[in-house]
Order: sequence, then structure tokens, then C-alpha cells
Amino acid sequence: MTGTNINKINSFRKQKQKEEMKHQVITFALMIIFTLIAFIAVGSGMNKTYVLPLILILAVVQVGFQFYYFMHMKDKGHAVISSMIYGGVWVAILAVLTFTTIIWW
Amino acid sequence: MSQDFSLNPEIQDPAKATHEGKNKYIGLWFFLGGETVLFASLFATYLSLRNSTAGGPSSQDLFGLELVFVMTILLLTSSLTSVYAIYHMKNHDFKKMQLWFGITALLGLGFLGFEIYEFTHYITDYGFTFRSSAFGSAFYTLVGFHGGHVVFGLSWLIALMVRNAKRGLSLYNAPKYNTFAIYWHFIDVVWVFIFTVVYLMGMVS
Amino acid sequence: MSIASTQKKGFGAILWDYLTTVDHKKIGNMYLACGAFFFILGGIEALIIRIQLIKPENDFISAGLYNEMITMHGTTMIFFAAMPMLLGFMNAIMPLQIGARDVAFPFLNSLGFWLFFLGGILMNLSWFLGGAPDAGWTAYAPLSTQSPGHGMDFYVMGLQLSGAGTLMGGINFLVTIVTMRGPGMTYMRMPLFSWTTFIASILILFAFPAFTVALFLLQFDRMFGSAFFDIALGGNSIIWQHLFWIFGHPEVYILILPAFGIFSEIFATFSKKRLFGYTSMVFATFLIAFLGFMVWAHHMFTVGLGPVANSIFAVGTMAIAVPTGIKIFNWLATMWGGNIRMSASMLWALGFIPSFTIGGMTGVMLGASTADFQYHDTYFVIAHFHYVIVGGVVFGILAGLQYWWPKMFGKVLHEGMGKIAFWLFFIGFHLTFFIQHFLGLMGMPRRYWVFLENQGLDTGNLISTIGAFFMAAGSIVFVINIIYTHTKAEKATNDPWGSGRTLEWAISSPAPEYNFKQLPLVRGLDPYWIEKMDGNDKMTPAEPVNDIHMPNGSILPLVITIGFFIASLGFIYQVDNKAWLIVLFTGMVIAIGSMLIRSLKDDHGHHIHKEDLEKEAD
Repeated sequence: MTGTNINKINSFRKQKQKEEMKHQVITFALMIIFTLIAFIAVGSGMNKTYVLPLILILAVVQVGFQFYYFMHMKDKGHAVISSMIYGGVWVAILAVLTFTTIIWW
Repeated sequence: MSQDFSLNPEIQDPAKATHEGKNKYIGLWFFLGGETVLFASLFATYLSLRNSTAGGPSSQDLFGLELVFVMTILLLTSSLTSVYAIYHMKNHDFKKMQLWFGITALLGLGFLGFEIYEFTHYITDYGFTFRSSAFGSAFYTLVGFHGGHVVFGLSWLIALMVRNAKRGLSLYNAPKYNTFAIYWHFIDVVWVFIFTVVYLMGMVS
Repeated sequence: MSIASTQKKGFGAILWDYLTTVDHKKIGNMYLACGAFFFILGGIEALIIRIQLIKPENDFISAGLYNEMITMHGTTMIFFAAMPMLLGFMNAIMPLQIGARDVAFPFLNSLGFWLFFLGGILMNLSWFLGGAPDAGWTAYAPLSTQSPGHGMDFYVMGLQLSGAGTLMGGINFLVTIVTMRGPGMTYMRMPLFSWTTFIASILILFAFPAFTVALFLLQFDRMFGSAFFDIALGGNSIIWQHLFWIFGHPEVYILILPAFGIFSEIFATFSKKRLFGYTSMVFATFLIAFLGFMVWAHHMFTVGLGPVANSIFAVGTMAIAVPTGIKIFNWLATMWGGNIRMSASMLWALGFIPSFTIGGMTGVMLGASTADFQYHDTYFVIAHFHYVIVGGVVFGILAGLQYWWPKMFGKVLHEGMGKIAFWLFFIGFHLTFFIQHFLGLMGMPRRYWVFLENQGLDTGNLISTIGAFFMAAGSIVFVINIIYTHTKAEKATNDPWGSGRTLEWAISSPAPEYNFKQLPLVRGLDPYWIEKMDGNDKMTPAEPVNDIHMPNGSILPLVITIGFFIASLGFIYQVDNKAWLIVLFTGMVIAIGSMLIRSLKDDHGHHIHKEDLEKEAD
């Protein structure tokens, strides 16, 4: 039954899916590259003041890719979902900021 | 049984074709919003305790780049393979979906194996345990919570694959696969921050 | 599953029905009943505290028992009384208000209820198993990590269970509101109680995970020897305070926002006027929720966070007074020129405004970080938060009971007795807590089990204790009213107040199992009122009569919870004897096994057939 279904799915939709899959692979390649850059930056023993912001930015961008492409947050109908995720991210930022600034002994 | 869960070619996204499917999808996303705060609290705790080694081994003594890199690649790749699986789901191709999810599970298991190796390595070679310092407690709690999520995700996936192996794709189980995939990506998201904040930053400072 | 089967069932059948139900209305009733049980328990604890403080150097109870009383009073009232009763209203009323037949996750909803209930039972079991928690409801480390015995272990496991349940409830309400609003029910046509349910659920979603983590850290420190709060190994006890209050401050808004929603409904109904400034009410609620996440450190001004941090949190705290003020003025303006009817629930709503405003004003006083050094940990703080939580939340719950009782149980509570209950409780409340502001300013510290004579504290404490008994009397009248009503009163009509505005009043009291035979067409804010003004006596249906899909009941939520309950006991006692690990694993096997059964067994639900529906009267 699955076999007949595949054949009946129209070619336009299949083509669209393929296009999207191509984007996903590109996203993945970029994520691997970012990961490599981060590891190399740390492994090469570069100055701390440059490495820390660099790896953090790379992490944030990578996570953005993950959310928007792999998890389809860029698609239509995700407005409520992304507002909830951003809500969580906002509380997350507040918590991390607090724990890294005003807990000091 | 009165509701019709069989697939027909008109259905674009089997995961969101039913009302229950949509509810599950949105519900899981909201749950991930909460998980964000859960992990943020753990990260925050770790960040404030990461230098409290109480004379025991510090992050520079412990961590090695190679192992973490391999683990990262395993988990990132498993994210891509689950995207492939969902791609095949949208094409109503159950066999290929199962295959790609199977690969996802193997990669996840590989990741877990390395993590267990890593923990035993720290405990036996460095005497660095959950109880040896506040840093130790925070490290094992944060990374362990992530590991626990991996274990849960793998059990979920394996249960789904075994349960549906002979039944094929339907509108009843497609949402379950899809929510698993989203959850799995989220585990990967958390790992990206773990390798950056715990391991890489731990080796820099 | 016939609807006619409701007549004459044996006790066993009714019990089984409630144990397995996934019907949001029955779950709502159970939330209310169990919340009321814990409310009475917490009330008795409060009375014991007040009796101990009736005169200087009293020896009614020992110091240790006093610590257990204050801890259990606070924890029970917040987690097992106030929140569950509000969740009960959300369950029972919100789906009716938005024109939904059910909630999004009925199974999860039932699981959430059982987790709450058995969590509360677990924590209260500690009374009989060697002593209750005694480190205060805030459980500050290292007091909580050093507390001997198993009391604090019960605190951790009990709250962990009920916290998980609340999180499930929150997600369920969020998804219900996002995906299941009826035809024409846009977001900006939702009644305010549904809005506050939505926003309180957002707060639950983001606040509870922080508490979950805090409880895990405490659990690990107490049971598995980790060092989060152990200074000798580099731990830091301030982490607990931050995590607790990152959760704890939004928690008070989780409590008060639904109460605001209840009052908004009551003011509009009994003034026979549309709620004034509906849109601004919605945005004020959002603003309170948003700001509520950025002010938690005002509980920690004296910790020594530094002047910059203290100032930021002080400004944030005072800013919350603005949206709250908007709400107060909107309620006043709703009544302005309205056709006001002084029903018992309206009395509660009227009593709420001055009471809550006083609590808000002392809140701004406490928010001034420099002045807070004087107020901190005195009875001034006790007075402040009882003014907002009793004067706001408890008044809201009692008002809501009076208001929605007919819709939930099919009988109208006796108005006269409702008014007597209000006056007793209202007078008692102000007697108890108003004087405590001054006790605090005179330097009486909180959590002390005795005070000395001739320090100007004697009369104040006596008055306060007398007030507590008035509140108890008010509560007893309320209970008598409930019993009386169910033996005497006749069945309530659809719209017993005659001026109902929202959808729940358009259907029978109590609501049928499927809520709406035909989903109603919503044409604007206060949809039922709109139809009434157009001369219709019921809603215009948006669909023909059709089969209605319903979820199947299940005993599994209870079994899962019992599994976790057993596992919790294992966690608590494996510290003494490793043999208890067997109990822990047994519990986990039961819980995870039944979760597995749930996910592997197909459950498609059932249908109520068109033919059966047509037989039913409206």
C-alpha cells in the first residue's frame, strides 16, 4: 500500500520536498563547518578574549539553523510556537545572566 | 473504530493531518519552551560552580577535544538522519523512514556509549565524581540530564519503531514519529551549548 | 457510553468513574474537592500557629512542631490548596468559555491531577512518618540540607510530583486555547478568565522547570551526597535562593492572574455591563506576566546582591504596580453606571478591591530596596503577602465557587449564607492581618515560635488570633452552605444569574458530558449576551447535530502516579537502608511500564451517536 501511495504523490510536491531537503543538507554542512571552526579555534590556543565570543556566536547561529531549518520554525503556522520558544529563551537568558553576574562568592 | 487513519496521496504532511496530530505537535513545542528554562537553570548552576573544584581536578585537567568532537559529530549527524526520515514520511515512504530512523538510533547509541566511556574515564582515572566537588556535582548533573534525555529519546524511538514495524505509516502514528524528531533536534540544540559552554569554554579558561 | 447511564449508579461504579475519568469537568471537580481538603488542612495549621502566638511565651506547641506548622501551612496553601482550586476552575470552566468540547490532552490532564493529589498526600504523610518538613516553605539551603530526619525529603518528593502535574496541566490549557477555540471565538473574543488561564499557563510553563531543577539539586544534596549547597566543597547556597525565586515570584502571578480573571467575569455579570477596557485588561495581564519574570530578586534584597542589582529589581517591582493599577481602575469603571446586583460573589469581588490594593501598596513599600532592609523577615512581610494572597487569591476562589457552583454542580448556593460567610471571613481577615503590619514595623520577626511580653506585641497578637477564628467561622459557614444547598435547593437553570454573558451560561447546569451538542457560533465578545440582546434565548449553532468524538477513560494515570509515589518513598528511605532501592525500582517499573502500555496500545476513543444526542433535551 505504501508503494502505490508513493507513486500517486504528484511530482510537483516531490520536487518541492527535494528542494527543501537540499536546503537541509546545506544547513547541515554549515553546522559541521561551524563546529570545526569552534574546535579549531579552541585547539589552536588562540587568545581567550577572541575565542570566547567566537564560539558562543557560532553556537547561537548553529542553534538558530537547527530551530529554523531542521525543526521547521521558519514554516508558516509557527507564530505561536516561536513566541513560546522565545519566551523560554528570554527566561533562560535572564537566569544565565543572573548566575554569571550576581553570584560571586 | 470509526475514525479513518489511513493515508491517501492527497495528504501533504501526515503528522499534521489530524486534529490530535496538530495538538501533539504544538504541545511538544510548548514543552520544549519549558525544557529551555530547565536546561538554562542547569547551565546557570554549572556556570556559577565551574571553578569550585575544591582542590580536585579542574575542567582543563579533565576535558579532551577529540572525544567531544566525535560525540558532537555523532549527534549532529543523527539530527540530519532524522530530517531524512521525516522527508520520507512526507513522501509516505514508510520503509525508508524506518531505515533512517534506525540510523538515527544507532548514532544516538554511539553517542551514549562515548558518554558512558567519558564518565567512567573521569571517575576511574581522575577520581572525579559527582561528590568530589561542587564543580563535579554541577558537571555530572548538567551533562547527565542531557544524557538522560538521550536515553529517553532512544527508548521512545525504539518503542515506536518496533510497535509500528508491521503496521506501516498511518495518520495515527505519523504524529508520534514527527514529535520524536522535533524532540531529538532539541537534544541536539542542548548539546551544541554543552560542547560550547562546558567543554570548549572549560578548555579555554 | 450512554448519557442516560448517569441515573442510579452504585457507589463502586461512581468511584471507578472518577478514578478513570478524563472528562475535564470531573477532573475540575476533583481538583476543587482535593484543593478544599488541603485548604482545610492548611487552615487548621494556621489556627494552631495563631493559638501558639495568642499570648507571650506560650507553650501550646513546641518550637520544633511550630517550625513544621509554618512550613506545612505555607507549602500546603500555595501548592496544594490555592493552585489546585484555580486549576479546578480552569478545567471546569475554560473549555466551556471558549466553546470547546474537550481539552487538548484529556489523558495528560488526568495524570496531572493525580500527580498533584498524590504529591500532596505524600508530603502530608510525613506527619506520621517521623516529622514534617521544617525549613520554611522557601526551604533555603543550607537549612534545608542540614534539616535532620526525612521531613525535607518528603518536601522535595511531594513537590516534585505535584510540580510535574502542574506543568502538564499548564501545557494542556495552552494547547487547548491555541487549537480548540470554537467557531468565531478569536483570541480577542475570549472571556477574561480564559485569557488569564492562558497567561497563567505560560507562567507555569516557564517558571516550574526552574523549581524542578532547584528541587533536583536539593534532592541530590540530601540523598546522593552532591555538593551544590555544601560550602566546604565549593558549593553555593545562593543558587537555591535564585532558582527558588525565579520560580517563586512568577508563582504568585500564577495564583493571582486567574483570580483577576474570576473577578472580571463577576464584575461584568453583576454590573450588567461589558467589562470596561477589555483590551487593556488583556495587555495589562501580559505585562504583569512579563514583568513578573524580572523581579524575583526583590525577595533577596538583603542577600547582598549589590546596589546595582538591587536598584534594577526595585524599579522592576514598582513597575508592576502600573498594569495592576490599570486593572483596578477598569474594574471600578465597569461598575460605574452599571446595574449592580449585590450577590454574594459580587460581595467577594467588592471586598477584594480594597484588600488587594492595600497588599499592592505594601508591595511597593517592600519593593523599595533600602526600606526593605527594615521590613525583611518581619510580620510586615507576612501581612503584605497575606493581603495579596488571601485578599486576592482566596477571595477569588470563594467568589468563583459562589459564582460557578450552579454551572459545576447544578445547584445555586444559598445567597444569604454566602453573604454571612463573606462578612465573617472579610472581618476576620482584616482583623488578623491588618494589625500584623504594625507588629512587623515594631520589630516582630517572622517564624519565631514565641515573643516576649511587654514589648508592645501582646494586644496585636491577641487581636490577630481572634481574627483567625472569624475566618475559620466564615469558612465553616461556607461549608454548611454547600451541604445545605445539596440537600435543599432545586436544580439550577442554564443562566441562574440571569445576566450571564459568556458561553458557559448558554448550556445546561451542570454541563453535559460533551459540553455543546452543536458548537455555537460566536459573534463577538460576550457571545451569549449578544444573542440575548438580539432576542434569542440560545446560541446559534455553527454545525448540524453530528456524532461527537470522545476520549476513553483510563485508570492508567492513577497507576502511573502510584508508581511514582512508591518510587518517591524509595528515594526518601534508600538513604537509611539500600534495600529501599528495591522499592524505588519497583515504583519506577510500575510507572514506566504503564506509560509504555499507554503509548503502545491504540486508543481511538469513542463516539456519542447522533441518534442519542437528538433524544437529549437541550
